[in-house]
Amino acid sequence: MTHSILPLTLDGAIARVRGKTLVGPVDLQIGETGLTIVMGPNGSGKTTLLRLMHGLQRVSGGRVEWAVPDGMARGRQSYVFQSPIMMRRKVVDNIAYPLILHGVPRRQARSTAAEWAARFGLGDALDRPAPYLSGGEKQKLALARALIRQPEILFLDEPCANLDGRAIREIETILQQAQADGTRIVMATHDMGQARRLATDVVFMYGGKVHETAPAPDFFKQPTTAEARAFINGDIVE
Amino acid sequence: MNDIAQGTIDAFRLIFTLDPDLLEVVGLSLRVTVTAVLIASLIGLPLGAWLVINRFRFRRQTIAVLNALMGLPPVVVGLFVYMMLSRSGPFGVFGLLFTPTAMIIAQVIIITPLIASISHQTIRDLWAEYHDLLISLNTSRWQRITALLWDGRRALLTAMLAGFGRAIGEVGAIMIVGGNIDHSTRVLTTSIALETGKGNFAFAMGLGFVLITLAVTINLLMHSLSRTERASVW
Repeated sequence: MTHSILPLTLDGAIARVRGKTLVGPVDLQIGETGLTIVMGPNGSGKTTLLRLMHGLQRVSGGRVEWAVPDGMARGRQSYVFQSPIMMRRKVVDNIAYPLILHGVPRRQARSTAAEWAARFGLGDALDRPAPYLSGGEKQKLALARALIRQPEILFLDEPCANLDGRAIREIETILQQAQADGTRIVMATHDMGQARRLATDVVFMYGGKVHETAPAPDFFKQPTTAEARAFINGDIVE
Repeated sequence: MNDIAQGTIDAFRLIFTLDPDLLEVVGLSLRVTVTAVLIASLIGLPLGAWLVINRFRFRRQTIAVLNALMGLPPVVVGLFVYMMLSRSGPFGVFGLLFTPTAMIIAQVIIITPLIASISHQTIRDLWAEYHDLLISLNTSRWQRITALLWDGRRALLTAMLAGFGRAIGEVGAIMIVGGNIDHSTRVLTTSIALETGKGNFAFAMGLGFVLITLAVTINLLMHSLSRTERASVW
């Protein structure tokens, strides 16, 4: 058993782009189990926070540290983008791509990818070009591609934005299954219902800073900050 | 007007009688140009991709120079290669001057910047689309280049065809380094120049039609093979 890459520790982490501070300083720890939901109004820094943790956003100050050296942690995490990025390939080749990057022989990668596609309800679409899938199918493909390497932690940036009921339910089922299989999940969402259904703990972002963190039941029952309370009540928080 | 009509007739006669001299000239034209396009693509396509994914100090300047080199005058390239390959030049010992190899070298120099520059522009758009995913998947530089080249292959074909078009119709450089020697380095374009000089306008026109037909056929062939302009294009 290799050493877990978790916990992830942010210590005064800052993301700055062209002199403008988008997020931070943030002190936060992502523990070894659970499903963390990152909430907050538009522009509060949810996406930047996720990108900062995943390494897509340069750390301008402070520290973002895994339990293992950075190089080891890089390959053991995955990220699902708000608008899924479809490679101009067949569905099966999209899902197989992360395995091929890791040196799995092409045929084996494809057959594994076909199994995963079937599990994600894409079994009939294997040979279709990925850019022509529907929105929900694209997001399921992105999830399959992110999970096929069985990462220790999965980041999701509003994976259900622009999707409707059935697709959302399918994706939530997949996420709960992944969580049960031991994948740590950190997910940004706007959808209060989804947050209540999935979260074990909540990070509430406001103005580029972590405004409140709490276990999910506490957060939804009695948030301690006024902004979080307003947000939960459905008031407009700017 | 008469010359054009006669040229057309000559062209058909040459093609349908499978004139052996014509076939030899066409064969050499294709051999030189296709080889040059393949070599230039092997250099130009990865170079275009490499310029997209790497950030270095003189990147903008490099790309600007590359774009400028698209307009490299073939005659000057011919002169340069001539001096390099001539007996007294640095590569004179290889005895390459006035051989098809010398013509290939000259054409590679002419079309590599063209292929690199067009592929750079194509791949830049694809990179903008793939950037986050490929970074997230922790890909190496080489993996990024191969993914971009592979997924952009249909658009990159256009770059290769542009290179082909420039090379097959090129005369200045290969005339200088090849020498237009009969049965050795004579190609379609140099033949046309020669026949025009001799006053054989009809024959030159005939060769001209053959050249154009050849270029169009190759383009159509590549397009149908690669299935561009069909359903489910990307």
